[in-house]
This record gives sequence, C-alpha cells and structure tokens, in this order.
Amino acid sequence: MSLFVEAFFLQAGYNATLVAIGAGVLGFAAGASGTFPFLRKRALISDAVAHATLPGIGLAFILMVTFGGDGRSLLGLIAGSALTAWTGLLLIEWISRRTRLTEDAAIGAILGTFFGAGIVFLTVIQGMSAGRQAGLEGFLLGSTAGMLFQDALLIAVGGSLAVLVTWLMRRPMTIVAFDSDYAMTLGYDVRRIDLLMMGLVLSVTVIGLKLVGLILIVAMLIIPAVAARFWTDRSTKMIWIAGCIGGASGYLGAVLSASAPAMPTGPIIVLVAAGIFVFSLLFAPDRGVLVTLFRHRGFQARVHRRQGLLALAAHHPIREAYTLRLLTREGLVRPDGVPTDAGRAQAAKIARDERRWDVAREIYQDTGLTGRYDGLTPIEDVFTADEIAELDHQLGPPVTARTE
Amino acid sequence: MSPTIKPAIVSDLGHAVGPARAPRDAALAIHGLTVSYSEKPAVFSVDAAFSTGEISAIVGPNGAGKSTLLKAALGVIPRLSGEVYVFGDTLRNARARIGYVPQSASVDWDFPTTVLDVVQMGLYRKLGLLGRLSGQGRAQALECLDRVGLADFANRQIGQISGGQRQRVFLARALAQDADLLLLDEPFAGVDAATERAIIGVLKLLRKDGKTVVAVHHDLATIRDYFDRILLVNVRRIAEGPVATTFTTENLQATFGGRLATTHLSELAIMDDGH
Ligand SMILES: Nc1ncnc2c1ncn2[C@@H]1O[C@H](COP(=O)(O)OP(=O)(O)O)[C@@H](O)[C@H]1O
Ligand SMILES: [Mg+2]
Repeated sequence: MSLFVEAFFLQAGYNATLVAIGAGVLGFAAGASGTFPFLRKRALISDAVAHATLPGIGLAFILMVTFGGDGRSLLGLIAGSALTAWTGLLLIEWISRRTRLTEDAAIGAILGTFFGAGIVFLTVIQGMSAGRQAGLEGFLLGSTAGMLFQDALLIAVGGSLAVLVTWLMRRPMTIVAFDSDYAMTLGYDVRRIDLLMMGLVLSVTVIGLKLVGLILIVAMLIIPAVAARFWTDRSTKMIWIAGCIGGASGYLGAVLSASAPAMPTGPIIVLVAAGIFVFSLLFAPDRGVLVTLFRHRGFQARVHRRQGLLALAAHHPIREAYTLRLLTREGLVRPDGVPTDAGRAQAAKIARDERRWDVAREIYQDTGLTGRYDGLTPIEDVFTADEIAELDHQLGPPVTARTE
Repeated sequence: MSPTIKPAIVSDLGHAVGPARAPRDAALAIHGLTVSYSEKPAVFSVDAAFSTGEISAIVGPNGAGKSTLLKAALGVIPRLSGEVYVFGDTLRNARARIGYVPQSASVDWDFPTTVLDVVQMGLYRKLGLLGRLSGQGRAQALECLDRVGLADFANRQIGQISGGQRQRVFLARALAQDADLLLLDEPFAGVDAATERAIIGVLKLLRKDGKTVVAVHHDLATIRDYFDRILLVNVRRIAEGPVATTFTTENLQATFGGRLATTHLSELAIMDDGH
C-alpha cells in the first residue's frame, strides 16, 4: 500500500516516474484521438491497423541489422511499423471499396495476414545472432523495463500533436461521423478525413507500442470514448472527457503496476479503463444503468398517478391501493378516495390534454407521433407551444368542469 | 392498362419539354448526366435546367433515379458522364451556394449531438477550421430552428424528437447555410400534415427571397399547389417544363407506365380539366 502511495506521488524512482507520466499522457492522447474513430464506428479497423504494425517492426529490425546498424533504433522501428500499418489500412479501404467483399471481411483478412507475417518475422529474428536480445516481443503487450527519457519525450510530443489535430479537426470529423453524405455536399473530402482519423489511430499506436503494446492499444483508443459517451451528449465535450478518462487510466494503471512486483503495465492500464467504463455504465446520470432503474421506478409511480387522475376525471373510483396512496400523499384525494380541490383541478387539466390529443391524432397522422400518444408523455413535450395553440383553436374554448 | 410500357426506354415525347441544351445561367443546369451503380444506368443522359427563383419538382416512380440525380448533381456520387453548372459556374466554385436536405437521413440517431449542433453544421464551412462559433452564429442557427418551428427543441439530443421534426431539423440545417439553391430529397415523405404545411411555407418564403428550390416529390395530388416547374424522370428524362403544361396525364403515363393505377390517373385527369 505504501508503495502505491509512493508511486502515486511519483516517489518510486526515476523509471516508475517516467512510466507513470508517459502512460498518463499516452492515455489522454489515446482517449481524445479515439473519440471520432469510435463515433465513426471504426473500432475494428483501428484494431487491424494496430496489428498491422508488427510486420513493420520485424522488417525494420532485419533491415537495420542487415545494414550494420543497431536493430533497436526506436525511430527505425516506428518508421517500419507506421509503414506497414498504413499499407494495411489502405488495403482494407481498397478491398471494401473496389471488390464485392464487405468491410468486416477485409478487416479480418488484413488483420490476420499482417499479424501472421509479423509473428513469422519475429521468429526469424529470434534465430539471428543479433536478435536474441532484441526484446521485440515487448511490442506485443508492452513493457516498462527499458523505458527511456526519449521514449517519454516521443509520447509527449506525438501525443500532444494527436490531441491538437483532433481538436482542430473536430468539426469536419463530427460531420463526417454523423452524416457523411451531407459532409460531401459541403465540400469536405470525406475519404481524406477518414484517413486522417485512421492516421491519428496510427500515430497513437506507434508511440504507444513500447509501453502498451500493439494488441491492447485499441482498448486505450476506444474504451475511454465508450465510457465518455455516458457523460455527455456533445461530441466536442466527449474529446476532453475521453482524454481525461484515458489519462487517469494510464496514470493509475502505471502506478498500480509499479506498486506490485511483476504486474504487466499495459493490461493493468486497460483494466483500469474498463473499470471506469463499468462505473460509467452503472452510475452515469441520464444514461447509466442505476439511473435507468430509478427512472423506471419513478415511471411506474407516474403511470399510477396518471391513471388515478384519469379515473378522477372520469368520476371512477380508484381501485389500486398503491395509486390511492400516491395521490393521498400528494394531497390530491382524501384517504376515502374523494378528490380534494387540488385533485379536481389536476384532473380537469388532464381531461383537457386528452381532448387535445384526440384532435392531434386526427390532424397529425404521423407514425412518429402515434407512438407518443402513450397516456403519459406530457403533450407539451411532443408539440411546440404554437402547435398546442392550434390544437386549442380547433378544440374551441375550454369546457367548464362538469358539475354533478 | 397495358403492362408492356417500359418507361425506361421511352424517349423524349417531343412536346412540352425544355430546350435540348439548358441555359447555363439557370440556378442548376444539368447536361447529359449519366450515373450508374453497376452495369445498368440509374440515370441516363438527363438534361435539366431549374430556373432561378422557382420551386421545381422532380417526379418519378420508386427507383427512377431521383435521389441519384440529386446526389450526382451535388457530387456526392461520381458521374459517368455529363456536366453540372450551378448559377453558370462549376460545382466546385458554387459549392457554398447549395444546400441539401437528404431523404429521411440515415444517420446514427444516438450520436452525441443536439438539435442546435446539427443546425450549426450548416455554418461549419464558413467558419473554417480555426473559426469560433460566435454568439452570432448560435443566434443564426436558433433563428433557422425557429423558422421551422423547433426553437423549443434546440437542446434535445437529436434522437429525442419525432420523425417529422427530424426532417425539419435537416431543413433548418440547410437554411443555416443561407444557400441560394436548395435541393431536397422527398422532404414530405413520412411527415404529418402540419409538418408538411410548415415546410412548404418555408419553401414559399424562400422563393419570395429569390432563392431556388428543387424537391423530389412523390405526392401527385399536391404538385399543382406547391410547384412552378416539374421534371419527370424515369432513368431518362421524360418531360420538363412548367407544371401547367407539363404535368399532363400523357406525361405521367409515360413516366409511371403500368405502375400508376388507372383510377389515380383519371383522378388527375379530372384535376387537369378543373384547371
Ligand atoms: N448505393 C447504391 N448502390 C447500388 N444501387 C443503388 C444505390 N442507390 C440506389 N441504387 C439503385 O439505383 C436506382 C435508382 O435509385 P434512387 O436514385 O434511389 O431512386 P429514387 O430516389 O428515384 O427512388 C435503383 O434501382 C436503386 O436500386
Ligand atoms: Mg429516393
């Protein structure tokens, strides 16, 4: 536990500090850049792109060693991985646009082929004399052991750029993700904007290769966005919320894995992100599961209340005990079931709304509307004030409450 | 009713059609436009000209290529051949002057965006990448929402409104563009009578401001009330011209062939006589 506190306040040594900061920044960049690929439903392609980095890593290593260099040069490996990932992306795009294959088939084929080729290269490298200590397997699931200052710098610079581009391009990307045909009529080059989104995925993947690894990076891109969706109905806000969720997961995950021996950093980060997702799923206002549950209970009460008032309006007795209890608690009926003045007023308003609905259903024979005549939805939620005035106009002046 | 009429191969009837080469200064001029998704043309060598300041209808049976025609004119789908001029200029140059309302847009209704956000999309092009959405832009978008009677719904998530209201939001988005030429794909499909009245009211106001409106329309009964000109298509252009002279039983027969019920035709014929 004290180890956790030390690590949390960056007191657990130079390497742990670098890793925690690097993971936090990477998480933020991944969360923010993953927002639009998620909204454009590109999670699977993002995964394929990430997997397609592997053959590039292998090839770059082999080439660098062949030409007498150190095969582990980070820039060389990044260049190689970006190259094959980009090739994989263009191939998927070409296959789904130019052949009869669907996009998911193209994704499956490319992901499998490229990853398979990558594993073959890694095996070949294992057999090379220079390859034994290469540690390229670390790129699969990430590792923190050899984290250097330059690695953290790469994450900081590359990550900031990815966030900056996401922010600058938020409007084109929102339009393309929401309504790509319309984007085209405005003159946006939809294909390029799609490629840009994938370019962001690619950048985050290559800078995160060393720390998180290529197998799990897609989780860092997508899970924060999925979680963020629970907290807002605005795409621009989602960028920052997803960024913060990703950043918190990265930092906490790194700290957690530093405070226990032999805990894998990448997977822990992803699990923390998943934890935040589950929390959002349960507790988010509006869209969360618990709120939905409470809302259902409240909904049930509203149904009973409404039915009770309709019964009052029709001068029927209230039969259900629960309904009677609800109305009594509100002071709308006396315990013996006789309506109070307040109750009578409410019942009159409800009776009028019912008549408005009758008129509305006659003049708006719209499928979208008939579904909303559910007995409960307030008429003010369905129609604008002007529309209601029109209904009242057709209905004539309010009928005075019936008296016995 | 002869079932053998194949409208797809009926050529121009030779009467009540516009000039073979449409004038270049029309709001939207289309020359020899051909589009196809496969080996079979969806639109074949269509000429059409929509004059400035008028409300025009594009009419034809399902699958006649009406949506395809609009989308190709907008550059959303590539054309195999043909030319498109907007106010005498190329599409690329005149892009900012065109607004588009898609056919009951197939968008993700759970998308994190509000009604007002969607309308503001019509302003994005003018803003550029770095521009900020000022209070003025917001006010402009709100005013467009108000024109279609939806100002009260500005902050709803886009999925939380009814079908007819969604259609009006997309109209408001096109209004926000402040376009001179508005292309609408079946704006009245699946909307209630009140929405239809609201939309046609907005379109007629646009005409008063000198704007040009072109709408794909499927309800033959309202053509005479709503439109000045009509283009009848079924893959090829069947006829084009003012509604008064072009919207005839004969042209409709050529456009719809056996697909238009006899009763429907005779009803329209009665309307013919009435006018
Ligand atoms: N995306 C598409 N891919 C393939 N065929 C299409 C596509 N969209 C439309 N079509 C075909 O093109 C023809 C014209 O369609 P469309 O323009 O939608 O007709 P309309 O709008 O007049 O009903 C139809 O035969 C339709 O099946
Ligand atoms: Mg259509």
